[in-house]
Amino acid sequence: MNGSVGRRLVVCVVFPDLLGTYGDGGNGVILARRASWRGVDVELVQAPSDRPLPEADVYTIGGGEDGPQVRAATTLAEQGTLVRRVEEGAVVLGVCAGFQLLGRSFPDASGRVQEGLGLLDLTTRRGSGARAVGELVATPLDGGPLMARGVPLPRLTGFENHAGVSVVGPGAVPLARVEHGVGNGGGDGTEGAWSGRVLGSYLHGPLLARNTALADLLLGWALAPADVPAGEAARLEPLDDFEELALRAERLEAVDAPAPGRLRRMVERVRG
Amino acid sequence: MTVRPTPRPVRRHGVRASAAVATVSAVNGLSRALGRGSGTVAGGRAGLALEPGLLATLAIGRTVALVSGTNGKTTTTRLLATALAGTDGSAGVVSNETGANMPAGHVAALAGAPDAPVAVLEVDEGYLGRLVDDTHPLVVVLLNLSRDQLDRIAEVRMLVDRWRTVLGGLQAPGPGGRGTVVVANADDPMVAYAAGTAPDVRWVGAGQVWHDDAVGCPSCGGRITFADGGGWGCDRCDFSRPSVDADVVGDELVLADGSRHPIRIALPGQFNRANAGMVAIAAVPLLEAIGSRAAGSGPPSVDQVLGRLASVTEVAGRFSTVIRAGHPVRLLLAKNPAGWTAIFDLLDESGSGDAPVVLAVNARIADGLDTSWLWDVPFERLAGRSVVATGDRRLDLAVRLRYAEVDHVVVDGPLAALDHALGRTEPRSPAEFLGNYTAFADLRRVL
Repeated sequence: MNGSVGRRLVVCVVFPDLLGTYGDGGNGVILARRASWRGVDVELVQAPSDRPLPEADVYTIGGGEDGPQVRAATTLAEQGTLVRRVEEGAVVLGVCAGFQLLGRSFPDASGRVQEGLGLLDLTTRRGSGARAVGELVATPLDGGPLMARGVPLPRLTGFENHAGVSVVGPGAVPLARVEHGVGNGGGDGTEGAWSGRVLGSYLHGPLLARNTALADLLLGWALAPADVPAGEAARLEPLDDFEELALRAERLEAVDAPAPGRLRRMVERVRG
Repeated sequence: MTVRPTPRPVRRHGVRASAAVATVSAVNGLSRALGRGSGTVAGGRAGLALEPGLLATLAIGRTVALVSGTNGKTTTTRLLATALAGTDGSAGVVSNETGANMPAGHVAALAGAPDAPVAVLEVDEGYLGRLVDDTHPLVVVLLNLSRDQLDRIAEVRMLVDRWRTVLGGLQAPGPGGRGTVVVANADDPMVAYAAGTAPDVRWVGAGQVWHDDAVGCPSCGGRITFADGGGWGCDRCDFSRPSVDADVVGDELVLADGSRHPIRIALPGQFNRANAGMVAIAAVPLLEAIGSRAAGSGPPSVDQVLGRLASVTEVAGRFSTVIRAGHPVRLLLAKNPAGWTAIFDLLDESGSGDAPVVLAVNARIADGLDTSWLWDVPFERLAGRSVVATGDRRLDLAVRLRYAEVDHVVVDGPLAALDHALGRTEPRSPAEFLGNYTAFADLRRVL
């Protein structure tokens, strides 16, 4: 674990009181457990919004409702800690509302434009169509941020539930190409965005429960010394992820070959 | 619920409504005959397709109570219907007791009991406005609001705002006119905000273990803080816990005049005592309207109501105990993080600390398609127990349990899972089965 042993890793779940609606706090739990199972001294902090954000190595930000999202963005901007920690090399994973607020701007409940933290070159507007709700599968871009040892990570699987449409600007890079579902929704068929050690996605599930390769990539970033180039990750010993792999396979199959499930649900609907 | 035919004025349905009612019965009969479920929804759906105003027509002339909220709807509906049934020797009460809580279910229930003068209806949170408009309820009981089925009901706050608009349009009961009493849980800020605009609210301190969806003030976006004693308030505006008409304190209902009334019910759990407390307050105006008088005594009292609730020992199988291979197995249903947390409290309260637990989770349409909520459930509290994961989404459960560091095995099929759990315990020792909505139904179907 190249130079990481003996170091204390702090994983912080940002404002679960505001952005804890969609179970994304699980991402923090997963990162902390996967570090601890490898012998890393790790502390998991649930950071409420009425106290200063603690100093941490990894921040996870989850999905939430429109009002709390604005409050979270405002509070994070006022406190300044998160932006400073990113400059100092901290890893950030934002999901859904937590993804949008990492960008330049996002809409509030009334559609007014709210300022984001500007950690990702991303602008979000309200979509004109139906809310994007359902299983999503996306393939990491070759040469993009989700690479391990020169190979793209396996497909991302998760559940999206959002009304926002996000456009990735030239200062950031999309994570993956959508195979099934909507993702960013801006018409380019992409999902998520990345810049430096900041990564955002629309995927719940939680994201890292179904995509342990991504969890380990983020952990690798966090455990690598801050002065290595972004994207260079510490190597981690593998874990026995048979349950996560079984879940992945089942979820991917539900999208790839949905016939029996869909048929059964249709029958259920008719039967009432 | 027992439906007693009573002489009452003949309701004049239009030809189309009469045809629609006949369709409801025919489709329900056909549906049951074909073995396609209990047939409570199919007929209602067919009737509504034929006559969209059917629900309003079927509600005319009845005294209606609605029960809504995220958790406890079915149980509270049953308790309230029990409190009202047969109280003056004639009051037939109809209720959608199978939990079919959308308009098709209401239509089916009402069409099936044309002569019942009282209707107690469980209402899906998203349909409260429609039901209020169509049925002109005398009482609306609002239990709690928290995250549930987020793929369908995107945000708790959107729901709260819709409720607030609906309830703000109500009229207080007055002489001779229509009007509505809202009985609302003062301990849930989301409910308190929604009911705050209603003209006649009876506030009950019914408790709420789950605060995670209520931290952001629904009124101003400030922060709601919760005090140890049960009080709460916003740090920015004056939105705070309303002063209550009744408080559920342990196993007593304490009224504003200081009188204490024991809640002795057969159903387990503090949340059920809270539901009973809500029912005691809700039943009084209903009984007054029905004209009920216990023989030789005065107006209805909360003690009379509470006394009637002891006869309810299970609700559609929930809280019931079945014997399987000599083992008593308690069947529990929980659908969302708040519900699962309350059930874990119940397990602790029951002192069944080493009983094996079967967890069953599906993610069908009635459950919500997204299983992310499993990560909001404190499964860590099951550490040390023998746990079996089953249901359509047993693999999601397994991963969640792995990160909760709870030992578990995964078994396909609810009965096989139960038998696996029982096979690892002492003869005749108890076990617990916890399922979400359709997973619970799956087990009941095969038991």
